[in-house]
This record gives sequence, C-alpha cells and structure tokens, in this order.
Amino acid sequence: VLTAEDKKLIQQTWGKLGGAEEEIGAEALWRMFHSYPPTKTYFPHFDLSQGSDQIRGHGKKVVAALGNAIKNLDNLSQALSELSNLHAYNLRVDPPGFSLQFLSQCLQVTLATRLGKEYSPEVHSAVDKFMSAVAAVLAEKYR
Amino acid sequence: MVHWSAEEKQLIASVWGKVSMEECGAEALARLLIVYPWTQRFFDNFGNLSSPTAIIGNPKVRAHGKKVLTSFGEAIKNLDNLKGTYSKLSELHCEKLHVDPENFRLLGDILVIVLASHLGRDFSPVCQAAWQKLVGVVAHTLAHRYH
Repeated sequence: VLTAEDKKLIQQTWGKLGGAEEEIGAEALWRMFHSYPPTKTYFPHFDLSQGSDQIRGHGKKVVAALGNAIKNLDNLSQALSELSNLHAYNLRVDPPGFSLQFLSQCLQVTLATRLGKEYSPEVHSAVDKFMSAVAAVLAEKYR
Repeated sequence: MVHWSAEEKQLIASVWGKVSMEECGAEALARLLIVYPWTQRFFDNFGNLSSPTAIIGNPKVRAHGKKVLTSFGEAIKNLDNLKGTYSKLSELHCEKLHVDPENFRLLGDILVIVLASHLGRDFSPVCQAAWQKLVGVVAHTLAHRYH
C-alpha cells in the first residue's frame, strides 16, 4: 500500500527528472530489450536498433502514462483504466507482475544511474511499490 | 553449463573492480529488508530492523551483506563452474536456512540497482545485461540443490 510518504517521494523523484522523461523512457526500454530479450517478442513490428524513433516514441508514451499515474496516485485504478483495458484485451502482454516487472527493474536502474545516492532505499522502496501497483491495475482485467 | 562470452566476462569484471564489496553488500541486503519487508523473516536474530535508518545502521546487516557479496566474488572467479562453487551453499539455504529461492532473484535485482546508483552512466545497458544474466544464473544455481 502506498503511504503518504511514498507518494511524496515518488512525486519528488519524478520532479527531479527535469524534462529528461522521454530519454528515460527510451533508455528503460532499451535496457529491457538488452537484459530481457524475450520482451522483444512483443515488438516484432518495431525497429529495435539503438536510438530508433519507435523506441523513443514508445518510451515517451510509457513515461507519459506513468507521469499521469503519478498525478493520480490516490486513484490509480481510474487513471489507468483505459490502459488496463488495452493490456488485457489487446496487448495481452504476459501477466503483468511477470513481464512488467522487467520494465520496472530497468526503469529503476535508469533512475538509479541518474540519481545516484538520491535513489535512496526509501525512494527505491516507494518506486518499487508504485510500479507494482501500476502492474496490478494493468492486470486487473486479464481474467 | 552457462556460456559466458569474453565481453560478458570483461563487463562483469570491470564493474566488480570499481565497487567496494563491503559497501555494496551491506547496501543491497539493507535494501532487500527495506523494499521487501517480508524478507526480514529470515533475520529474526539481527536485532533492530524497525526502520530504514535502523536497518541501514545495523552492524549485523552490514556484516552479512559483506558475506553475501564476498560469495558473489567467488562466483565471478568461477563463472565456468558455478554449480560446483555453490553446491554446498545451495544445500545450506535449503536444508538449514529454508530460504525460498525467489528471494535470491529479489536480492540479485536489488544488487543491480545498487551498482547502477554507484556507477551512474558507466553502468551501461550492456553492463546491466551482463549483470542481470549473472544474478539470474547465481539465483538459479543457489536453487539447484533444493529438494
């Protein structure tokens, strides 16, 4: 459960990204494709070479969705409702909590490389909980 | 047997050369106990684990973290014989410690994040990939002798 403190830390951390959100999204995806090659199976229609427009574009989408979720931490279910439908009925990415955890790991690594010590244990915990909560909402309608 | 390319070995060694085993081990274990509080179930006799500050400052956590990472160092020196290297440790974690192997995966992922926070941009995507592979293989090998 996201505590008030967690929510504050998440919002603060997102605030520190200073406009680099899109780069971060693209980097997180790139790392994910490298560390977890099976995740590429969901993107056979993409140019997956480094710096590809499609990776940048998709990274931007993902980060925008996360940013929106962060503005609506008190009501994630509603904020992510459309995305939840999309993942359940169209995309059918392997049950979130499995594949989405790879994105969570890579997003956190990306954040940690940029924030260094500021990616403290407390921030780490809050972000991890947040990503779990997002995955849970996205999985709600799977069956 | 897992195959390690020359590049992977080099990436693993270069990261290992840049970090303090003691610091990273302590930090990784502390984060495990903070981010996944249920893992504290294995450390009832460690004393005060009541808050992130307590956990980070706890000397038993630091000492144990160092032990765990020292063992990781052994793995890195023996990439071509991980099963042999970890055979006894695997039995220990199963028979005496009763640790669900899922926890090895959690600790491995946390270690990668700790390395990322210490090394910054130097922890490139290819570095991360080599290390995710390493922690995955270590976790798998530690579970290997479970029965």
